[in-house]
Amino acid sequence: MSQLYYETKDLQDFSNIGEFAHEQGKKFFDYYTSSTSSGKLTEREKALIALAVATVRHCPYCIDAYTNKCLSLGVGNDEMMEAIHVGAAMVAGDTLAHATQMRKIVKQKEM
Amino acid sequence: MDFSQSFADQLKACSEYPLYAQAVETLQTNITRRCNLSCRHCHVEASPARTEEMSRQDMEACLRAAAHPEIKTLDITGGAPETHPRLVWFLREAALMKKRVLVRSNAAILLEKQYQHFLDIYAESGAEVVVSLPNLNHDRTDRMRGPDVFGKIIVALGELNSRGYGKKGSGLVLDLVHNPVGAYLPGSQEVLEREYRNRLRRDFGIEFNRLYCLINFPVGRYLDFLRGSGNLEEYFRLLKESFNSAAVGSVMCRTTLSVAPDGRLFDCDFNQVLDLSLSGQTPVHIRDFDYAKLSRRQIVVRGHCYSCTAGAGSSCQGVLQK
Ligand code: SF4
Ligand code: SF4
Repeated sequence: MSQLYYETKDLQDFSNIGEFAHEQGKKFFDYYTSSTSSGKLTEREKALIALAVATVRHCPYCIDAYTNKCLSLGVGNDEMMEAIHVGAAMVAGDTLAHATQMRKIVKQKEM
Repeated sequence: MDFSQSFADQLKACSEYPLYAQAVETLQTNITRRCNLSCRHCHVEASPARTEEMSRQDMEACLRAAAHPEIKTLDITGGAPETHPRLVWFLREAALMKKRVLVRSNAAILLEKQYQHFLDIYAESGAEVVVSLPNLNHDRTDRMRGPDVFGKIIVALGELNSRGYGKKGSGLVLDLVHNPVGAYLPGSQEVLEREYRNRLRRDFGIEFNRLYCLINFPVGRYLDFLRGSGNLEEYFRLLKESFNSAAVGSVMCRTTLSVAPDGRLFDCDFNQVLDLSLSGQTPVHIRDFDYAKLSRRQIVVRGHCYSCTAGAGSSCQGVLQK
């Protein structure tokens, strides 16, 4: 196989992910659209949340899509970076929170 | 890929090819290529070094044409219109027609000593002022328009506000223009207008009427930027992918006629820069203005027209679909 795993143009294929399972695909897109459109939170706030999640989840497609979305909504580079720091801090925090398991086991096992 | 052919095919698919004008409601006069700034996105490539400007004779012909009852708006643009030595006269004559007159100003020029008087002249003439403020982030705006331009625009907007512009009940209209500072498309005009209103009011006490979101056209300096940064192909792909057939009916050339500094007529400012002359048997110079022929002319379309039909559509008056 000569194709690469991740290609920029694959992002354009996102709208076709319902292929082979149309009903679920449609339900997903309805859900996706309503979740990412403005509600109590603004479109800008949701775009920043999506960018932070995309970065944490290491999704190159979503990072591309939501960086562009943030730019198009006039979100500052500093605001985008702050959102990513929230994601980074959450990852660091939940990693460290899991140290509790290690600490509990150590304390139970050690003499 | 041949984007001109591809755009024509898109129009054919929605039974709009050839594309025809429906009227001339706006006469857009590009009176000079001179400008105090040299913005990186400028499609007319204006700068302090440019010398082209409209002659008095052609300005008179513009006024005669604009007097036609079907023409509702005289749109004065450039370059920086203020640098044209006959702008004061032109505005006063235009005001006598009792039509909508709007001037596109970069606003920063209104702080320069030799042009400060336009703050009062605009207010006296009642002309609408349209100011380009590409981004609320001063770094981004300055990267596009030059050092300290954001700060100057803010001060000039304050001066316009103090003369009543953008204030309720004054009758003086102040509109702003947002365009992307890079190779992407603008977001929702409604969302951006809210953001501009809140931030300009909160941070600077500035009021305005409407925000227009404009898509950058792959023409002039913006085209150079796209090429130089390796974004050209991707940008055209994005424009093409965002084609919205519902915007075709209201692309601005269907109701606007553009006049170049040398008096020649074009379907729009962008065709003017690309030197795409009017097609068919229509008059090609403002001195030969003929409403009947020009209001039914066939429009010359090319690949850059994808910028008018992307997403919610784009025109000098912002999005085509609200
Ligand atoms: S974009 Fe406007 S202000 Fe900037 S150089 Fe061009 S004409 Fe002048
Ligand atoms: S670029 Fe000019 S000619 Fe083409 S659709 Fe837009 S306004 Fe019309």
